[in-house]
Amino acid sequence: MRTIKSNKYIWIAFWMWLYFLTPAKAASGEVDVQDIVFSHIQDAYTWHITEWNGQEIAIPLPILVKSEERGWDLFLSSHLHQGRTHHNYYIAEDGEHAGKVVEKNSAGEEVRPMDFSLTKNVCGLFLNCSILLFIVLRAARWYKKHPNEAPGGFIGLMEMVISYIQDGVIKEAIGKEYRPFSSYLLTVFFFILINNLIGIIPIFPGGANITGNIAVTGVLALCTFIAVNLFATKEYWKDIFWPKAPIYLKLPLPIMPFVEFFGVFTKPFALMIRLFANIMAGHTIILALTCLIFITVTMGAAVNFGMTIVSVLFCAFMNCLELLVACLQAYIFTLLSANYIGLAKVRE
Amino acid sequence: MSLLTPDSGLLFWMIISFGIVFVILSKYGFPVIVKAIEQRKAFIDNSLETARQANEQLANIQAEGEKILAEAKEKQNMIMKEAFAEKERIIEEARQKATSEAHLQIEEATRRIREEKEKAIREVRSEIADLSIAIAEKVMKEKIGRDNGQQQIIDRLLDEVSFSKS
Repeated sequence: MRTIKSNKYIWIAFWMWLYFLTPAKAASGEVDVQDIVFSHIQDAYTWHITEWNGQEIAIPLPILVKSEERGWDLFLSSHLHQGRTHHNYYIAEDGEHAGKVVEKNSAGEEVRPMDFSLTKNVCGLFLNCSILLFIVLRAARWYKKHPNEAPGGFIGLMEMVISYIQDGVIKEAIGKEYRPFSSYLLTVFFFILINNLIGIIPIFPGGANITGNIAVTGVLALCTFIAVNLFATKEYWKDIFWPKAPIYLKLPLPIMPFVEFFGVFTKPFALMIRLFANIMAGHTIILALTCLIFITVTMGAAVNFGMTIVSVLFCAFMNCLELLVACLQAYIFTLLSANYIGLAKVRE
Repeated sequence: MSLLTPDSGLLFWMIISFGIVFVILSKYGFPVIVKAIEQRKAFIDNSLETARQANEQLANIQAEGEKILAEAKEKQNMIMKEAFAEKERIIEEARQKATSEAHLQIEEATRRIREEKEKAIREVRSEIADLSIAIAEKVMKEKIGRDNGQQQIIDRLLDEVSFSKS
């Protein structure tokens, strides 16, 4: 009873704190929800952490560009802060390349250089890859040091997940030729999982929307596309160009072969869009729910207080959902990839 | 919409980093773990199989021991039975032998007794005959001479006496 009561006081204090804190922060003016949401889910040249007393706290990241006229250039993004120009480079305000580094060429046109900048997503990607490498290699080292022993703790959890993916997904979907694909599929699963999970964390090292970026999911889908089609059997190609269908669907007009061939590309495309859309939507919803607090500031204290409670509750719920989605999407991507590979391994 | 157009820089870095991660993990990461798990599984399976075999052997040995024990018991029983029978037989034989021996001895004894008796009778008879003859001689010397007719009469008389006696 006592703990419940004291918990209640803590909750009340928490709500009061939220109540006093939020108007103070958002009182400055109109809230542009779209801007906030898009700036968070899109890539950026700086890693924005927070704003304190009107001053932005952000980590400047290196910008690496190759201009067609002037060659390579490397500088920190703080040089381009708030519309400044550096070496004739600046961040476009609007137009086709809005938010990207552009340059003025000799003809006075705004053109986009080759941009290899270590943006927020790239840095997040590197960080997550290092974490992934560290975790998996440490587990592998443990296994090397302890032959014929069962691990506990975190490595035990890793083993459980690896065994589950290996036995429940890869072996089931591909069949007895699963071995060459096992490492790829496990890598994909853990890569997506760790990027998803760290993407949910709202504070600094996390929060980069990596798997919600189409370039990242595109590369993953491309890898699956290669894995499916490069190692496919003769029967797989025969099924595509001469499927088991009535002859009138194949001969004068190759309708079925066309449909089948189209399917070769739609499958990885669907993989790409599914992962991208799921993760991006999750981030968008959480951000929009958070913005609700700041939108309702102008509607009076009572509404704002109510909406704050609603918003925090919904945010907590959405974060739990996102945790589920993070694991689920990694699982689905792996499962479907394994299934496509298994379908390309058909034998008569 | 820029959300749906992949950024070339990120694409490039993604290919590089995912490639590196994939190469490292597919060389030093997952195969090692998967192999270790499979090895351990095989080891456990092996151990279980060995234990099962050992158990089976133990059970076999126990059954064998019990069988041997039962056999030994049976043998013992048989030997005991045989020994008992042998004993009975020996006793029986001894008894029979003793009986027959005793019979023989008795027979022998009776035969001897009879012989002795006959001999004695014969001796007594001849003695008596001699005596009678001597008596008769003495009487006849006195009265009549000695002849065969009288001897025969005396013999016949004596026979009659001995027959009626025996």
